[in-house]
Amino acid sequence: MSDATLQLYHRQGRRNALLVGVLGLAALAALLLDLVTGPAGLPLADTLRALAGGEVGRGTQVIVWEVRLPVACMALLVGAALALAGAEMQTVLENPLAEPFTLGVSSSAALGAAVAIVLGLTLPGLPAVWSVSGNAFLFALGALGLLQILGRIRGGGPEVLILFGVALNFTAAALLSLLQFVASADALQQLVFWTMGSLASAQWPGVMLIGVVLAVSVPFSFRAAWKLTALRLGEDQAKSFGVDVAGLRRWTLLRVSLLAASAVSMVGVIGFVGLAGPHIARMLVGENHRVFLPASILTGALVMSLASTLSKTLVPGVLLPVGLVTSLIGLPIFFALILRGRRR
Amino acid sequence: MQGLLAQGISVRYGARSVLAGLDLPLLRPGEVTVLAGPNAAGKSTLLRAIAQLQPHGGKVLLDGRDLAHVPMRDRARLVGFMPQSLPAGSSLVALESVIAALRAGETLGARQADAAAMAVLDKLGIGSLALEPLSALSGGQRQMVSLAQAIVRDPRLLLLDEPTSALDLARQVRLLSELRRLAGEGRIVVAVLHDLALAAQWADRIVLIHSGHTHAEGAPEQVLTPRLLAEVYGVEARVERCSRGRIMVLIDGEHAPA
Repeated sequence: MSDATLQLYHRQGRRNALLVGVLGLAALAALLLDLVTGPAGLPLADTLRALAGGEVGRGTQVIVWEVRLPVACMALLVGAALALAGAEMQTVLENPLAEPFTLGVSSSAALGAAVAIVLGLTLPGLPAVWSVSGNAFLFALGALGLLQILGRIRGGGPEVLILFGVALNFTAAALLSLLQFVASADALQQLVFWTMGSLASAQWPGVMLIGVVLAVSVPFSFRAAWKLTALRLGEDQAKSFGVDVAGLRRWTLLRVSLLAASAVSMVGVIGFVGLAGPHIARMLVGENHRVFLPASILTGALVMSLASTLSKTLVPGVLLPVGLVTSLIGLPIFFALILRGRRR
Repeated sequence: MQGLLAQGISVRYGARSVLAGLDLPLLRPGEVTVLAGPNAAGKSTLLRAIAQLQPHGGKVLLDGRDLAHVPMRDRARLVGFMPQSLPAGSSLVALESVIAALRAGETLGARQADAAAMAVLDKLGIGSLALEPLSALSGGQRQMVSLAQAIVRDPRLLLLDEPTSALDLARQVRLLSELRRLAGEGRIVVAVLHDLALAAQWADRIVLIHSGHTHAEGAPEQVLTPRLLAEVYGVEARVERCSRGRIMVLIDGEHAPA
């Protein structure tokens, strides 16, 4: 009886691992799809040959390696980072609505970008190309730091952090509107693309940066998987299992801050992915964080990669801001998933 | 010194003092102790303070060791805590949640942890629920899973907050006889119970807690007296001896102040 149950449990575990593998393959396929679509109308064979390092024209070489690949990789990594940040936030703040967007991190980053674009205020010593992203990063990190400090002073639990986050979101959004109000037409144009989220300016250094942040934080996330799983049973339970809940929360939020800040500082405000990635992953594999975290990462990457492709193909000849695509296309799909009910 | 000693336990929520220097008698291994008392007497708070889940004044000594100074991981091995309820929204399956109770605090191999968790569920008679998501379980079933989480680390001290509140009659007996058995193996078992009939039947010792103090303590027949029940609960009670020497507490109504 119990052996049979254990076997069944292990079979479910293998099924979940398989699902994670399938998600990974789907994300890779989406990356390829993203690479072969674009306004330049390159033949598929040429694109693939260029990727493989084969003999192609100089123009094709540049389009694939300097334009499409950084954008496609950025989409994948940003999706992964936002979804991982959302998943961990939802767990440590014990709130299914927590994600970088709802907690004001994204709008703070947008505010930082706006300060650089409209007022020309940046960190001294930062190269001009990095000034906007640099400012966005600082503001995003600052927002999360402020949240933690406020939460610590108030001494409250996660619900206090959430309230502060929502307040921060509105404040940043209001200040952003103020800057938009005083901005020149030129700056406004730049800003609009920023607040809607755009992959258009993705370049290799930015891709590397997010890649490094992910590579550093993911092992820590996976190591904390059982602790995070325990926290889903309540704070008292996790503590009585021997988990240092305060420490777990602090370190997780630090990791999440870095992930979210680096993601939004590269591509601007992108909603939905940080919220829906984890929710879709949860519907697929449940809440054991050993599979839930990888599934969230890959779901986020997949969704973002598909959104990147759609942003190029939805309106022929126009590159839509990818944040618009994730919100407009993603949300109905998300609702449909919720209404269909949970699988398990 | 073997056993649990809690002395001078005080807890404040803001300006309100919930426990004001409460002392418990020495609770020895092998005993089942029931904490009883009216709502808001501070029973749950006391339990959480003993489990070090609640900042508190005073000392909690387990076999002479001050629990506040025992590292968290070691404490998790010494103390099992069963909360009033588990969150209803989790899609973790019951078995996973018990495995988490083992693997969150220490590095334990998957095979070993899986087998140990399954064995506990079987022992509690809920093996058939192992693969059910917690969100699909009834309150009583969740309570049994929560007990499994508390005992799977084989703790020396077991603290249970109203463990029978959502259980049917058969499960009440199952849980309480399991507690008796665990105590019989040399553990210290402390449970908050509202049902005085159950307390009288299963407890070695009852501690009556009233407005943050230990009002009375002792064997059930010493503590469950009309006078003490009137003082603590404000009820008119009769205490009858039935067959097999068992004590029945009958409540006739609210106590009319003399």
